[in-house]
Amino acid sequence: MKVNLSHFEAALLFSLFTSIVLGVVTKRTDRERLRYGLYCFACFVVALFGLGWLMYLGHG
Amino acid sequence: MSSKEKKPRQPMPPLSVWGPAVALAWLVPGGGHFLLKRHGRATLLLVSILAMFLFGLMMRGEFLKPQGGDLLTILIYYGGFLCNLLSGIPYLMATWLGYSQPDVAGAVHDYGTKFLVTAGLLNVLAMVDAYEIAAGKKS
Repeated sequence: MKVNLSHFEAALLFSLFTSIVLGVVTKRTDRERLRYGLYCFACFVVALFGLGWLMYLGHG
Repeated sequence: MSSKEKKPRQPMPPLSVWGPAVALAWLVPGGGHFLLKRHGRATLLLVSILAMFLFGLMMRGEFLKPQGGDLLTILIYYGGFLCNLLSGIPYLMATWLGYSQPDVAGAVHDYGTKFLVTAGLLNVLAMVDAYEIAAGKKS
């Protein structure tokens, strides 16, 4: 079985799994874990769009 | 008392306390947490790390092998191999079942390789967390 993901889909999946693990292992209460996981995911998505636009604009 | 004062360093707990949890955490992603009866967190770790690994395989990522050369090449290939190995049983099973993907050009393959390496790195985080729980440094 082979999957063909776009850059965006692959980066989004990467962000999702990484955020879950970072949320689970870093904080001490479930509420903090959830908040931190969501925060990490939001940071990934913002960076994804930010770098995407930067490359688009930089490319001319 | 200032909160910035240094806490006295605690002695390391004996290996028998944290060894089994860390070893199981290496072999099975989330396994250390299952052993320590943190089932919810263990399930999240297992699903996330395994999914990351399986997507890496399905994107036909490459398992990096130790390779000499300049410093950067050594760092990437030895580090990548170590990270792959740290995924535990998923990596060992895939290798044993004959998964072998040559390095080919393409964004999807590249992402796959990064997914496989990152699965190992995330498993290291899970191992460290299992150690801290087993050693009583964290609940």
